[in-house]
Amino acid sequence: MRSRKIEPAIHWGMRLVTYSIVIVIAFIIIDIVWKGLPVISWKFLSGFPKKSGAEGGILPAIVGTLVLVLGTIAVALPLGMASAVYLSEYAKQGKFTNTIRLAIITLAGVPSIVFGLFGLGLFVLFFGFGASILAGCLTLACMILPIIIVSSEEALKAIPQSLREGSLALGATKWETIRRNVLPYSMSGMLTGSILGIGRAAGETAPILLTVAAFYLPKLPNSIFDQVMALPYHLYILATQLPDADAVRPMQYGTALVLIALVLGVNMFAIIFRNRVRKKYRW
Amino acid sequence: MVAKSDIIVKTSDLNFFYGPVRALHGINMEIPSRQVTALIGPSGCGKSTFLRTLNRMNDIIDGTRIEGQVLVDGQDIYESGVDVVSLRMKVGMVFQKSNPFPKTVFENVAYGPRIHGVKDKSDLIGIVERSLERAGLWNEIKDRLGESAMDLSGGQQQRLCIARALAVDPKILLMDEPASALDPKSTARIEDLIGELRNNYTIIIVTHNMQQAARVSDLTAFFYEGSLVEFGPTKRIFTKPLKKQTEDYITGRFG
Repeated sequence: MRSRKIEPAIHWGMRLVTYSIVIVIAFIIIDIVWKGLPVISWKFLSGFPKKSGAEGGILPAIVGTLVLVLGTIAVALPLGMASAVYLSEYAKQGKFTNTIRLAIITLAGVPSIVFGLFGLGLFVLFFGFGASILAGCLTLACMILPIIIVSSEEALKAIPQSLREGSLALGATKWETIRRNVLPYSMSGMLTGSILGIGRAAGETAPILLTVAAFYLPKLPNSIFDQVMALPYHLYILATQLPDADAVRPMQYGTALVLIALVLGVNMFAIIFRNRVRKKYRW
Repeated sequence: MVAKSDIIVKTSDLNFFYGPVRALHGINMEIPSRQVTALIGPSGCGKSTFLRTLNRMNDIIDGTRIEGQVLVDGQDIYESGVDVVSLRMKVGMVFQKSNPFPKTVFENVAYGPRIHGVKDKSDLIGIVERSLERAGLWNEIKDRLGESAMDLSGGQQQRLCIARALAVDPKILLMDEPASALDPKSTARIEDLIGELRNNYTIIIVTHNMQQAARVSDLTAFFYEGSLVEFGPTKRIFTKPLKKQTEDYITGRFG
């Protein structure tokens, strides 16, 4: 009797909570699109900033963020997947391996500004890369590595042991088994986790603040040792560092819209790629 | 009696440990070539563990240890420097739960040959056809080679796994309860297949099903609590067992 009264209440309560999350997200996106869209023009997207960004376009920041994201993926994806394969397939399961896992999970919880300081100390100063794309990508890679490792390991663990045994029993070596009969099936799961990491790399400000981002640099980078502008940092500058923040409000919204579109675009690309892989290998 | 030269697998004082737990107690066994040997016994008696020592599949479990000798074709397979890859090519395995790879039917059968260096497409096609034929599957699925193996029926999947094992041309085929997850009709087909394969392969099969052991095997070994209790011609084991434990088990008094 009791549960029959409570049951619909729980049902509706949970539904309300879920919907309210969607409402919050919808509000943010609609607000940004509403106020940002009027600013978007070919000149805005392909032009160089003038007067510290108060006028002109944001091309260098778009290119900067794209370069940082691609560079970070190039570093973090192979490293993260290799670590996950080692932990899941090769490492002897025990206290030591679990300690490594704990360390990785802890790393995922470290505040991004600490990664920024770490990158400043190690890559910018100690290795002497200076404030550069290289230092920025390495720092961002360190930050998203734990996400990639943890989710990739989950994806590997989801592959039934019987597939590994079946391959080994045919005389395949361990690596042949992993390469031909484990990795292809776990790829979609590994990419799902990596998508989350990619989104974070594109949106973070603190790690790049200290390692690569330029306050105002109206030109495109020539090498990996150049500094670049980046969308999140540019947004921060537009919002807080210019003398008349209200006057550049449209520029802020335009930049925010481009940043969000970029992150969603990268995610969309990854999701489509993932679905293709998934369709090819289903079981 | 079996002539001595026909012994293909010989174990001497074989002990096996999962960590501190001893799973096999001094197994001495001589398994003849081109016959079907059935391993029977209650759950946990060590018959599957014994089977998996013969192609070193237990190696992949952390914390296991082996003592004694296993000779396959006269060679000690646990000697240092033994190539596990060529051992497993010689000693194929079919698992309890059919484990087709989530690839096409063709790619499943071609998996082994590809790994061992067969690249030529027409060679592969020949091997795939021959292996499926030997597994009695060719006529059923010759038009479905490009489909996913996951779309086959359970019985077909298991025969595909047999075909996959045959594709690397083993001498010995280990079968770990190959029909226990199948319906009676599919089980009968697997048993018929074993009957056909016995002419060309040495088959060692673990089974829970006593009737199955009686139907398909030439020799039967009864395992109990990690020891080999009795080993001899199937007919004699089932009609005149020498040990009381064996008699109790096959007459259904325990297990």
